[in-house]
Amino acid sequence: MIEFQLDAASGVAPYLQLVQQVHQALRLGMLEPGEQLPTAQQVVAKLAINPNTVFKAYRDLEREGLVRARPGQGTFVVGTLPPRDPAAQARFLNSMTSWIRDARAAGLDADDIEAIYRTAVRACFAEGVA
Amino acid sequence: MIAAVESVGLGKRFGRRWALRDCTVTIPAGEVVGLVGPNGAGKTTLLHLAVGLLAPSVGTIRVLGGRPGSGQAQISKVGFVAQDAPVYGHLSVADHLRMGEYPNPSWDRALAEGRIRQLGLDPRQRAGSLSGGQRAQLALVLAVAKRPELLVLDEPLASLDPLARREFLQGLMEVVASQGVSVVLSSHQVADLERVCDYLIVLADSRVRLAGEVPDLLAEHVRLSGPRRDPSSLPSDQTVIEAGHTDKQSVMLVRTRQPVLDPAWTAMSVTLEDLVLAYLKTPEPSEASTRPRLEVAR
Repeated sequence: MIEFQLDAASGVAPYLQLVQQVHQALRLGMLEPGEQLPTAQQVVAKLAINPNTVFKAYRDLEREGLVRARPGQGTFVVGTLPPRDPAAQARFLNSMTSWIRDARAAGLDADDIEAIYRTAVRACFAEGVA
Repeated sequence: MIAAVESVGLGKRFGRRWALRDCTVTIPAGEVVGLVGPNGAGKTTLLHLAVGLLAPSVGTIRVLGGRPGSGQAQISKVGFVAQDAPVYGHLSVADHLRMGEYPNPSWDRALAEGRIRQLGLDPRQRAGSLSGGQRAQLALVLAVAKRPELLVLDEPLASLDPLARREFLQGLMEVVASQGVSVVLSSHQVADLERVCDYLIVLADSRVRLAGEVPDLLAEHVRLSGPRRDPSSLPSDQTVIEAGHTDKQSVMLVRTRQPVLDPAWTAMSVTLEDLVLAYLKTPEPSEASTRPRLEVAR
C-alpha cells in the first residue's frame, strides 16, 4: 500500500497532489491492479486533511478508469499507466537544451523562456494536442 | 437536504452592544466548516446560539432542522466542546466517560473507550494532570461518543502547541471520515483550517464578511499587480477587496467569476490566509455596480 505525502508549499491543491501521487506510483510499478489504496480514514489520520479531499481525489481516479470503489471494502486499483520511456525523456531533454541555447543566443533570458514554455504548454494541452 | 445550521437575520445583543448582527448563513450538512475572525468578532456568540446556550435577540436559527436546545432529541444531535476544553481536574478520565454516558442515551461506550486507548490515555489518570493536548482530545472524545450529527468546537486549537494541534486535527478528521459527522469549528488561526475545511465563514465586527465553499472562494479571488490605476476603473464584474498603491504600481485583491483579460495585470492566485486577512482589513466591500463593464473586443 502506498502512503500519501502533502507538499504544503507547492501551491498544488491537496486533492490533485493525491491524484498525481497515484499516477506516479502506477508509472513506477509501485501500485498494480488489485492493490488497495489507503482508506479515507487512514489518509486523514496521517495527513490531518479533510476526508472530502480524499473522496474527491479517488472520484477523479475512478473517472480516469484507474481505480474502482467497492462498497464496504475500499478503493482498488484496476488500471495501469505505461512507464515513462527513459530514452524518449533523454531525447526531449536534448532537443529542449539546444532550443534554450538558441533562445539565449537570440537575447532571451530565463524569465522570457519560462513564459514561452508555459504559454506553449497551456496552448497544447488546452487544444488536446498530446 | 437539511442544512446543518441555517440562520436568518440572526442577532444577539448584550445590553446595548451587538455581539452578532444581521447573520444570515446556510451551512450545508456533511461538511467541515471553519469560522474565523479576530477575538470579539462574535464567533463564540454564534456557536452558543447554535447549541442553545444563548437565545437570539432577533432573527432565527435552525440547527439540523430544529430549534437549538429545544429538548432531549435536539440536544443529543449536537456535540459541543467549549473554549479551552473544560474538564474536571480532580476526576479521572474514566470518571469523565461515566459522566458522559449518564445523560446521553445514544452514548457509544465502545467508541469512547477505543478512542481513549488509541490516544494512549490512562483511564485512571486525573484530568487535572493531563497535558493541554490530552485535555482537548478527552473533551473531543466526550463530544463524539454521544454520536452527534453535528460537532460544534469553539477554538479547539487555541491553547495547543503545533504538535498537539496536528494530532487533534488528525483525530477530528478521522471522526469525520468514519462517522460522517458535520463539524463547525472556530479559530483565529486560518493556517490551521486550510487543510481541513470545506466551507469558510469570516466574521468581523459582529457581522459575516464572507461565507462560501473553500475551493470556490479560492477560485473567485485573484491578486492583480500592474501599473498604478484607480480601483474604480476596473470592470464592474471585479469587486475590489483590498487595494494598495505605490507611486507607480497598484496591487489589488479582487473577487471575480470572470477570467482577468486586461494584459496590463499580472494575476496571482491567493491562499486562504491572504483572503481572510484582506477581508478582515477592509471594513466594507466596495460597490462594483456603478462601474463600467469591460467589453471584450473580438
